[in-house]
Amino acid sequence: MESNYRPVVLVDGRRTPFLRASTDYHDLGNYDLARLALLGLRQTLNLNLTDIDYVIMGNVISNGINPNVARDGMLGAGYLPATPAFTVSQACISANRAFTSGADLIRTGQADMVVAGGVDSMSDVPIMFKKPMRKRLMAAQRAKGPGDYLKLLKGMSLSDLGPQVPAIAEFSTGLSMGQDTDRLVARFGVGRVDQDEFALRSHQLAGKAWEDGLFDDEVLTVQIPPKFAPISQDNGIRPDSTMEQLAKLKPAFVRPHGTITAANASYLTDGAAAVVAMSEEKAKALGMSTEVRLLEYTYSGTNPDGDLLMGPAHASAKLLQRTGLTLSDIDVFEFHEAFAGQVLANLNALDTAAFCKADLGLSKKIGRVPVGKLNIHGGSVSIGHPFGATGARLLTTARNRLIREDGRYALIAACAAGGLGSAIILERSK
Amino acid sequence: MAYCDIERHDDVVVVWLDEPKSTVNTLSMDMLDEFEAMIDDIEKDNDVKGAVLISRKKDVFIAGADVKALLEMESGEQATELSRRGNALLSRMANLKKPIIAAIHGACLGGGNEVAMACHYRIATDHPKTILGQPEVKLGLLPGGGGTQRLPRLVGLTKALDILLTGKNIYPYPAKKMGLIDEIIHPPGLLQAAIAVARDGVPERDVKRSTMDKVLESTSFTRDYVTKKALETVERKTRGNYPAPKKILECVSIGLDEGLEKGLEAESKGFGELQETPECKQLIGLFLATQEAKHNPFEKKAKDVSSLAMLGAGFMGAGITEVSITKGIEVTLRDLNMEGVGRAKQTIWKNLQSKVKKRALSSFQSDVIMSRIEGVTDLEQIKGADIVVEAVFEDIDLKKRIVAEVESVCGRSTIFASNTSSLPIGEIAADAKYPQNIIGMHYFSPVPKMPLLEIIVTDKTTQAVKGTAIKLGQRQGKVVIVVNDGPGFYTTRVLTALTNEAIQMLAEGARIEDVDNAMKDFGFPVGPITLMDEVGIDVGAHIARGALADMFRARGIEDNSVIQDIAKAGLHGRKTGKGFYTYGKGKSKSINTDMYKYFGGEDRKDFDKKTIQDRVGLIFVNEAVRCLEENILTSALDGDLGAVMGLGYPPFRGGPFRFIDSEGAQTIVDKLKALEEVHGVRFQASKLLVTMAKENRSFYD
Repeated sequence: MESNYRPVVLVDGRRTPFLRASTDYHDLGNYDLARLALLGLRQTLNLNLTDIDYVIMGNVISNGINPNVARDGMLGAGYLPATPAFTVSQACISANRAFTSGADLIRTGQADMVVAGGVDSMSDVPIMFKKPMRKRLMAAQRAKGPGDYLKLLKGMSLSDLGPQVPAIAEFSTGLSMGQDTDRLVARFGVGRVDQDEFALRSHQLAGKAWEDGLFDDEVLTVQIPPKFAPISQDNGIRPDSTMEQLAKLKPAFVRPHGTITAANASYLTDGAAAVVAMSEEKAKALGMSTEVRLLEYTYSGTNPDGDLLMGPAHASAKLLQRTGLTLSDIDVFEFHEAFAGQVLANLNALDTAAFCKADLGLSKKIGRVPVGKLNIHGGSVSIGHPFGATGARLLTTARNRLIREDGRYALIAACAAGGLGSAIILERSK
Repeated sequence: MAYCDIERHDDVVVVWLDEPKSTVNTLSMDMLDEFEAMIDDIEKDNDVKGAVLISRKKDVFIAGADVKALLEMESGEQATELSRRGNALLSRMANLKKPIIAAIHGACLGGGNEVAMACHYRIATDHPKTILGQPEVKLGLLPGGGGTQRLPRLVGLTKALDILLTGKNIYPYPAKKMGLIDEIIHPPGLLQAAIAVARDGVPERDVKRSTMDKVLESTSFTRDYVTKKALETVERKTRGNYPAPKKILECVSIGLDEGLEKGLEAESKGFGELQETPECKQLIGLFLATQEAKHNPFEKKAKDVSSLAMLGAGFMGAGITEVSITKGIEVTLRDLNMEGVGRAKQTIWKNLQSKVKKRALSSFQSDVIMSRIEGVTDLEQIKGADIVVEAVFEDIDLKKRIVAEVESVCGRSTIFASNTSSLPIGEIAADAKYPQNIIGMHYFSPVPKMPLLEIIVTDKTTQAVKGTAIKLGQRQGKVVIVVNDGPGFYTTRVLTALTNEAIQMLAEGARIEDVDNAMKDFGFPVGPITLMDEVGIDVGAHIARGALADMFRARGIEDNSVIQDIAKAGLHGRKTGKGFYTYGKGKSKSINTDMYKYFGGEDRKDFDKKTIQDRVGLIFVNEAVRCLEENILTSALDGDLGAVMGLGYPPFRGGPFRFIDSEGAQTIVDKLKALEEVHGVRFQASKLLVTMAKENRSFYD
């Protein structure tokens, strides 16, 4: 593809261990996790702080204390105040957006070096009062004297006092993601066993990757107060599960005949991740890795009512077309696993002529993504899925795989709430 | 006018304190003269509604009185006069009908705090450099500008006694809570806020005092109870060695029982009396010496250190890391595993948290400071370090191996500093490729609290390396002394002489507590036996096997092999729960009488306190003089600073060399001779001391 843009290289990336919510990161929030990832990144890669032009972090569930968690986190990690920082929010593709926004700044000459990533803590979700109560509390700040307070209490019902927890539900449809995906997998003919097998594969591959030391250069050892014991492993990976065990689980969202269970879905996770992107020129000057660069990226949008999590199919197809590449050109596939079934549904869709014609407007089907090249070190179902951070994990793993597997192109794709999709292609110079 | 720069803001006079040719403001006669004239003007001028006192200096309001001038005063009477004048003036200011507002940013200490307290309203900035307090007691003095009177009236008796008797710093938020200041504001808003108060009048005071405090302060009977309790604590802690705290209590009581006038007069008198005491003179001398130690003779060749690599994350490694990161230095902290690094981080974090609790630091600032630590396990990761400090186990072969490893990953200009307490630096550097880069940086435990850094240089160490090490130590907030290499350098050598003698006395039948108590009465903060338990008997035994022991043995200082047996038996002191003392939960401890089996059984003899003090104390000062004689020390001043700041030698005695000067060299020589006759050659007076006695010289002019 011809382009007038400056080449952007993905130098490297790091993430905190991803932990199941309410485990060892229980006392931490978005700020702390972002700080840990950004700190570890700059220390392990020996970044010179004056070289960094921007810090961009994705975040989905803001706790209200750190609306610009990129800024708070980078300052806490000792980055320079002179480096601007901002936070982006695009559901589960927030880190993807952080990276591509950074890449745009670089390729248009506005920056030479950007640290981009994301964070989410499901141990620190903001629990709010419901709207009627919030209205009363806001009014209470203006109240003068007991008379005003009494007036405020009038008409208040007991149920107003109940808390409102952010739901992982689609705003426009009211459906939870699990409910939606249950519908999706049925539509694309993905059965319970397919899903359980894919989930088990994810756990086994992630377990093996850890065993083989493949994550040693991707995952930081973090130490947190008050104990500062080293935490260096993800804690949600269960490579020893069996199909029998998975089969026993009841459907979690649609009962009694749904197919999505707690085991074939990604779980609530705490974690943060970040990558370093640079202009090729700058990386060369600093003697840093220029091996893997960004080829192109795109985003897609579909109707959240029906095609909520079909982003990978839409965005990938769009990007392949734009770059003139075909599936057979791609050596490394890293797809976000919101649900095992959601990945399989997208794979089926790409391999279905009717879908590709009707939904993607193509003349023929894209084809089958070879599973042997897809998420071969596990995915969000096994490693976990801190919403804002996952994109940076996918990018780092894809980059490292390209080098390790001596490949040329890597396709990173992910779905997100709102019917959004992200696709990024990295190219390794061979 | 020289000290004050007057500025009119319509109906308010702003007095900028700006002592000429100085980076700080100090209280002096000249300044008081100007104050007087200024008060006259404010009083007379009908257009003036009030005044603001504010400083033009960076991060200093008034740092205290000119102690050097105080030391040089010929008599206590002169000091009393100064205090009387100051008090008269400050009382006049306090009684002025127009409000004077203290606008405090930076250090507001001693006389500075007294000026502020005589004002009608105090606003302080929320800046970390803003601290208040009455540190006079640390110099053997009392606050002679109304501090013993106005402080109890502002903050209550119990809080006031705590501040006056400890001399500690008070940060703005606690100061506001107790009523020492009335308002807190950000630095840029300080002046406008103070002007507003001066113009609009002083608002009603709003301080909540606890019921308990109110009750305790309500009658002279209950007040007496509080002061009596405080006196008991003071006596227990100072063992009668420091006259100042007692005087402070006396002045506070008189002021509360008989009124401000009488209190101020008692204070002025007490101020003069204390100024004449040798304790005060020694303490001020020491204070001035620490100021002098801030000089770096190799400043020009020194490099700035913005990062260092710390090898070993034990208690010392954690301490050195803490004093570095709190001063903005990035530290790569290396240990064999991340658990070790984690323990060090935890130690540091807890210390920072205690500052967060006092609001001297925000939780975010603590994060930023912690972010300066990079924990690593692979030595490869320290490459690129400008300076490497090692605090690994005290083993010469290990240290030599570390030197080789560091040299293999780092550059030829990387400084290698060893935090050894006794291993000769020359030996550590014996096989080094770049011995010119090797230096000793001997910190004292706990590093964040102990002010001394003993830097050890060899004849190969370059000036650039020396200069950089000194600069680093000073940036870490340490009082730095530079000594030459030799067994035990200076501090470990004199300390070992002292503990050896203490053990010798146990072997002769002395009781553990008698030895400890005698030396505490002499003025050491802990007795020598307790000190061995604290340092670790295994550490002592290790030192006793090295070059230092060989040297001592040649001079007839027998190291008792018994200490090896004790160490072998696993009795290592506090860390193992058992040493000369048995350690229970918390702070409780009791004599471990089992220990006497190593010293001839449980039958113990009475030893006269003076005998213990002479034997243990004089062997120490004699050894110190030997260090000077052998050019281990290059000045008596370093010897005094090292002994007081590093070893707890009684500060009111000024250090071993000041001690000899005040006793007279001949007296010490005579005493040593007498001891030598009874106990043998180890008490032989050093040649230098004998010469000094013969020529009737002293170490200081």
